Amino acid sequence: MAFDTEPKRDFKVVGRRVARPDGIDKVTGRALYGADMSAPGMLMGAILRSPHAHAEIVSIDVTAAVALDGVKAVVTGADFADAMDAATADVRDNCLARGKVLYDGHAVAAVAAASGAIARAALDLIKVEYRVLPSVTDVDLAMRADAPVVQAGRAVEVVPVGLSENVTDHCEFGHGDPEAGFAAADLVIDRSFTTAATHQGYIEPHACLASMGPDGKADLWCTTQGQWAVRTACSAILGMRASQLRVTASEIGGGFGGKTTVFIEPVALALSRKAGRPVKIVMSRTEVFRATGPTVASSIDVKIGMTKEGRITAGTATLRYTGGAFPCGTVAMGAQAAFAAYDLAAVRTFGWNALTNRPKEAAYRAPGAPQAIYAVESVVDELCQKLALDPLEVRLLNAAREGTRSSYGPTFEAIGLEATLEAAKAHPHYAAPLAAGQGRGLSCGFWFNFGGNTSVSLTINTDGTVGITEGNPDIGGSRAAISQMAAEELGIPYEQVRTVIADTSSLGHNDVTDGSRVTFAVGLAVIKAARDAIAKMCARVARIWGIDPEAVEWVDGAARPTGPNAGTFPPMTLAEIAALSFKTGGPIAGHHESNADGAGVSFGVHLVDVEVDRETGATKVLRYTVFQDAGKAVQPDYVEGQMQGGAVQGIGWALNEEYIHDAEGHLLNPGFLDYRVPVASDLPPIEAVILEIPNPGHPYGVRGVGETPIVPPLAAIANAVSRAAGVRLTALPMSPPRVLKALTAQG
Amino acid sequence: MKTVPVSTTINGDAAEFICAPDETLLDVLRNRMGLTGAKEGCGTGDCGACSVTLDGRLVCSCLVLGVEAEGAEIATIEGLATGDGLHPLQQAFIDHAALQCGICTPGILVAAKALLDKNPDPSETELRYWLAGNLCRCTGYDKIIRAVQAAARQMRSA
Amino acid sequence: MVAVTLWGSLRPFADGQTVVEVEARTFKEVLDRLAEAYPGLRPQIERGVSMALDGKIYREAWFAEIRPESEVVLMPYMTGG
Repeated sequence: MAFDTEPKRDFKVVGRRVARPDGIDKVTGRALYGADMSAPGMLMGAILRSPHAHAEIVSIDVTAAVALDGVKAVVTGADFADAMDAATADVRDNCLARGKVLYDGHAVAAVAAASGAIARAALDLIKVEYRVLPSVTDVDLAMRADAPVVQAGRAVEVVPVGLSENVTDHCEFGHGDPEAGFAAADLVIDRSFTTAATHQGYIEPHACLASMGPDGKADLWCTTQGQWAVRTACSAILGMRASQLRVTASEIGGGFGGKTTVFIEPVALALSRKAGRPVKIVMSRTEVFRATGPTVASSIDVKIGMTKEGRITAGTATLRYTGGAFPCGTVAMGAQAAFAAYDLAAVRTFGWNALTNRPKEAAYRAPGAPQAIYAVESVVDELCQKLALDPLEVRLLNAAREGTRSSYGPTFEAIGLEATLEAAKAHPHYAAPLAAGQGRGLSCGFWFNFGGNTSVSLTINTDGTVGITEGNPDIGGSRAAISQMAAEELGIPYEQVRTVIADTSSLGHNDVTDGSRVTFAVGLAVIKAARDAIAKMCARVARIWGIDPEAVEWVDGAARPTGPNAGTFPPMTLAEIAALSFKTGGPIAGHHESNADGAGVSFGVHLVDVEVDRETGATKVLRYTVFQDAGKAVQPDYVEGQMQGGAVQGIGWALNEEYIHDAEGHLLNPGFLDYRVPVASDLPPIEAVILEIPNPGHPYGVRGVGETPIVPPLAAIANAVSRAAGVRLTALPMSPPRVLKALTAQG
Repeated sequence: MKTVPVSTTINGDAAEFICAPDETLLDVLRNRMGLTGAKEGCGTGDCGACSVTLDGRLVCSCLVLGVEAEGAEIATIEGLATGDGLHPLQQAFIDHAALQCGICTPGILVAAKALLDKNPDPSETELRYWLAGNLCRCTGYDKIIRAVQAAARQMRSA
Repeated sequence: MVAVTLWGSLRPFADGQTVVEVEARTFKEVLDRLAEAYPGLRPQIERGVSMALDGKIYREAWFAEIRPESEVVLMPYMTGG
């Protein structure tokens, strides 16, 4: 794919704070989410889940459940297809266990019945005989040779032999000679860290409505970040042809990565197939916590050397992640991202993934990066403290910039880290005084950003309005941003464009809404689709005027003659061309399909002030400022919204959120009461400062912004708390008991 | 379990329904009355997505039984806008980009209205504590607070 | 010839080299030549490999054109949130 050489910099629609097209539906209660759809004759599904963290399923007897009045179907893992690739088979076995249950809450069987109450009653009648096995939930314990083996034979070829069979993946990145670098340092700090598994915490539980006819054709309505991914997974798991399954994405009540896979959708389809009726399944919050994707839990060692002037001489990190009971590649992204903010002559990172009896990891906003960067940024901060250096100046001194060989290999193009750091340095927050008992922390953050497979269709309606059909569920306002980019390119008002999200039968494939890809990749595709439509409109006008198509140009929403031989014609507007379209050759549309590359990496810097209560160990966040490079902020409100929302998820991760298991592997806090996400009263205003360093890979310079903001809060808050408390904290979350323990140990 | 007939008022209109004795008001609204604006985020009163008012009092409808609505006046998100006009809170949420995914929005709007009905000029701290029972995972609350403050200002000057 | 930088854990499958030279004009040719010369890399290539070409990350683009002076760095195929 060719890239525009000079990103556009003068905009009429892009950059405006327009109203979102889904706003009215969402403020009036009209918007339809996963659980809001019903069908005539619908049954309700319910899922039986394992009470054990690790057990062999000896037998499942569903006789009594099937016999219960009102029960229409019961399914187990045996109702799914056998042959599929390993990654999809893992998804299948996570939806309904085969042979073994691998974590507390693992689905075992499901029932469809005339009501939810009957379905739940039927679950109690299913007799499952388990042979309980020893379990392991801690990543360091799981890597020991004597650990209970969660799944055998899952290691890829790069894993050295002789380790626990739980170790499934290994990776190494970096360049230079770290040992020589450490020898050249004035101070070397070597520390170990842990981070707890956290949940994406979307407020909308997973929900779906499946309907399969006796001819094998099926419709599925569900809350998802990607309807094509749902179709791909479900059709494989059910043994269907993809064309027979139409998936429609509902409005989505938050995803953050957690709705990029399937949990209940294949189960509902299997139940519908068996019962011959539509089946709806809605997860409870407890089920969401027990059986859907938390992020990885981690244990990390970081060693960094620094001169007394603040130059980093070398850095190494060893990351041990667990993505739960199935193989997980997230550690590779952590190992690549760990030192991305720094220009280093010597850097080496090592990643390991180990299986544990935890739920299968699902992506969570910049997966793998927050943990790794937390550990690195904590050590950088401690070096600054011990060498009495300004932590912002040290970041600037070592910052990666255009031309830097990144810690993961490639040489950076134009990036915004230095400008972001300068903005933080110049901001009044950095110079504001702190009181006793308060601390200020900062951290850099980084994410790669994805492009990916994208299809867009753009129709020129005969009344001069424009319809856009795209395929990515809108989480953060993307329909508005996509309409803005189309309006910009076509030269028409934003209000004349309407963007809708297609089902899987109405458009070509689109990758899931992930990797901060939508505004970048769908935006790029819509710009190209608009250019396609413009070329067609110019060709129609050329025929009307009787001149060459090359003698027609598109300016401000109208075709104009251009060049010496074009003649003089009054401009024809899009609306005029559209009105004549049936006479000039038929409907006019533009489209674009591609696998977009050039997403452009993203950097951010967060500044935070906290106060630590020395009696309770509780931390109060006093002031928070986010600086981030957006490339070009298409709708600045929504860019700020991503920065603020990501920061607050990171604050929750830093201070409170964690999966807590007992010794037998049971999850002890599967609810919002005990798994405490930040509430309004926990927080100060979150100030967002947008920088715009154009991404050379996008016609308007857009970079993805959604994920980077969750990366810096972990270390920014850890650094602030450590400075406020006078003791370095190395385990997340820094919940009051942990902080109190550290304060007490300090004396 | 035998069902129970209940007479009530929903958004100003008389409404009758039957429900099981153990059925929540949230399930009645969503499954029997077709009012799916109130959402179930947890079912345990922790998230506030199901917020409605019952005789003017803000409640989590997942913690209220349908039968408890007998003779009561219920107000839900569906009744917030009048005719073709949005309530100032609704307009402010759009103008200030105070929603992203929107799943918490109905509950937060109902809760915010309940606050402004009692206290037309809350401080930011009062506002943050009042809304502490309504979880939002997308916005970090910042723009929600700004939107409610803007709506309160507008409502006071109206 | 194009110099292709491997990530560290692939080194044992490429005779201990971090940078290997292959004759290739596209990303697909890079992958094909690598798999031929170093069969031990085949499982990883099948699982998914992305490429950074002169600093720009291409997740799967077989036909991305590579010039002899291009900087080519292999990266594991990434999935995100």
